[in-house]
Amino acid sequence: MKTDSLLIRIGLGFYLILFFTYLLGPLVLMSITAFNSPSFPQATPWEVLTFEWFRVLFNDARIVNGIKNSLIVGFFTVILSVVMGLAGALVLTQIWPRLRATFYTIIIAPILIPGVVLGISTLVFWDRVSVMLGLPSGSFLQNGILLTVLGQSTFIASYCMLVFVARLQRYDVGLTEAALDLGATHVQAFRKIQLPFLAPAIGSAAVLAFLASFENYNTTTFTFGKYPTLTIELAQKVRYGINPSISSLAFIIVVLTLFFALVHEVRNRRAQLAIANGAPVGAVSTGFKLPRMFAGNPAAVILALFLAGTVAVIGYAQFYDPEPAKAIILQEKRAAQQKRIDALQQKLKEKRLQKNLKGPDIFNEGKSKVPKLKEKKDQQTPFGSGIFSPNNLNKVAPGAETPTPKPVSPFGNVFDPGNLNKVAPKE
Amino acid sequence: MGNGILKEFFKRNGTSMGWFLIIAVGFWVVVLIILPQISMLDFSFRNQLPPPEMGGPKDVYTLRNYEYLIFGADGNPDGYNKTDLAVFGKTLLAAVFVTILDLVLCYPIAYYLGQSKGGGMARIFILFLIIPYWINEILRAFAFRIIFGDSGVINEFMMFMGLIDNPIDFVRQNIALYAGLGYAYILLMIFPMYNVIESLDRNQIEAARDMGASWVKIHRRIVIPYAKPGISSGCTMVFMLTAGALAAPQILGGPSSLWFTQIIYQWFNQGGNWPQGSAFAVVLLTTSIFIVLAVMRLFKVNMGDIGK
Repeated sequence: MKTDSLLIRIGLGFYLILFFTYLLGPLVLMSITAFNSPSFPQATPWEVLTFEWFRVLFNDARIVNGIKNSLIVGFFTVILSVVMGLAGALVLTQIWPRLRATFYTIIIAPILIPGVVLGISTLVFWDRVSVMLGLPSGSFLQNGILLTVLGQSTFIASYCMLVFVARLQRYDVGLTEAALDLGATHVQAFRKIQLPFLAPAIGSAAVLAFLASFENYNTTTFTFGKYPTLTIELAQKVRYGINPSISSLAFIIVVLTLFFALVHEVRNRRAQLAIANGAPVGAVSTGFKLPRMFAGNPAAVILALFLAGTVAVIGYAQFYDPEPAKAIILQEKRAAQQKRIDALQQKLKEKRLQKNLKGPDIFNEGKSKVPKLKEKKDQQTPFGSGIFSPNNLNKVAPGAETPTPKPVSPFGNVFDPGNLNKVAPKE
Repeated sequence: MGNGILKEFFKRNGTSMGWFLIIAVGFWVVVLIILPQISMLDFSFRNQLPPPEMGGPKDVYTLRNYEYLIFGADGNPDGYNKTDLAVFGKTLLAAVFVTILDLVLCYPIAYYLGQSKGGGMARIFILFLIIPYWINEILRAFAFRIIFGDSGVINEFMMFMGLIDNPIDFVRQNIALYAGLGYAYILLMIFPMYNVIESLDRNQIEAARDMGASWVKIHRRIVIPYAKPGISSGCTMVFMLTAGALAAPQILGGPSSLWFTQIIYQWFNQGGNWPQGSAFAVVLLTTSIFIVLAVMRLFKVNMGDIGK
């Protein structure tokens, strides 16, 4: 019995490690590629530490414009979905019981409906509306921002509604009734009693809504019109040739996420500890006492280390110059390339010699072998992705963002835009 | 009777609050949810017409768009639209596969976290669970492309260890796609299960163990029946989202494999035939809803459990 549970424990620990590797490994690796110098994002082989992908990123007008559009869309989506979600939750708490299940199904459905379908239906519907109203094409109903906000709010409001329903379950309706008895109007009772109670839920619903809006792709891809959001721009970039500047953006997002998650966790934990020690809740929510905040709070320690690390890295990046190291690598690469070319030529010579020795090929053996050898020459370089192709040497230069067709791209020509037309519907 | 309800509603909420609720909910439910879906359904039965001819004599209802999915274009020698139907079937099958994969992966984690009484360590784990979900969907798919590329970490590692000589084309074999899809919605599987298992009384498990129930039996007889709403909720969300996924297939899909949503996307963006795209979207939506309802009935779960 004892050994059995020990085995389970070890198995569980092992499984936890595997699981979190699957969950976090991709993000860590992607972050590493943001600092590696090759122009194709790769963690191995490690070449030279560089920060230039961050510069490439911030000089990319499309990305910057996408961020701007995402912020605008996010702002309006948050407002619309929080308001609708709150109203939906309030109605749900007091609706006629027989209607409740139906109503709940309707307002929860947008979460389950595929985002693609939501995008399409929004696009089609508002197109119809604008035709019926006789608006010229490209009017405010079709220019993207409004459509995207409406499309996203359809399902983000459902998320908000769920947050509010959870909070409202703990609300004592007696409070509102008391306020009404004392002569408050309904609006006053709502604003002074119910809204303050809901404030934390409004906060988390707003954060949730913003994040959902910021990362949405499926719905937005049908509705964005002339205002591509960051996600749309990223998708275009990723589909038609990638470079590490995308990794650097991912790294920034990972760092920001980690930062806010840790801050949130620290504050939560602090409040919990204080309440456990007998402090009133109100006393906990304000004031930032530095030394004591670390007590019994692992997240706070991580947060402090994290901040120190960020400052150190940014400081280091100010005077770090990867050029000399890069030149060395370049030379090594050239030498290695030369070596490989020599080796291949040698091999080719030997093959030719063998073939000549064998005499005329009766069974077509020779014919099938020569092209094969050629093919292998392309694929078998140890780094696979055509690192040694002469074209690459120029690409290490800053601003190497051009998605020029590589001779041997690591994905073959999967992402060749031409592919899309292959199965494209014919008229 | 309707009047009575309305009167009661306004009495409870006051006139201005009442109107605010009605307008906000009405806008959401009618203008954002119901009308667009109806309009898409309506559109899917129409002919593809240039704008000036809309509402004209040619603007009649037709089944052509649905026939196209089954039989292909007019004069199709095959008899059936094999390409699109194959993609459709493959998408649904793959979505089922990904859902089961996620369920198997997540159940132990959800059980462990649900039963660990929310200590400091478990809280950190939950934080780690949430963080990947906050990263953009595109970037998550991008990460998998880096990992599974010819010169990606996995190929490099296996070649370094001497396990393989040539890089394995994970993208072409769709391994990258399944890994990426499973990853994309894994959180939606864990949290519903975690929420339910967390509320399971530990004493039930202890009692079963004291009476000599084996480890497998405890899960089969106690934990899984108790967690059924959470499991079905998670499976529903993962299945629907995977079947409707667009980003991961676009980025991670092999050259020869398409996801059904990609075909819909092409009808809208490259084919320029919106009614046809709408018809495909309607088919996708109704089929996935039908599958979910059928499975829910099979396992005797209610719709009200979803989203808890």
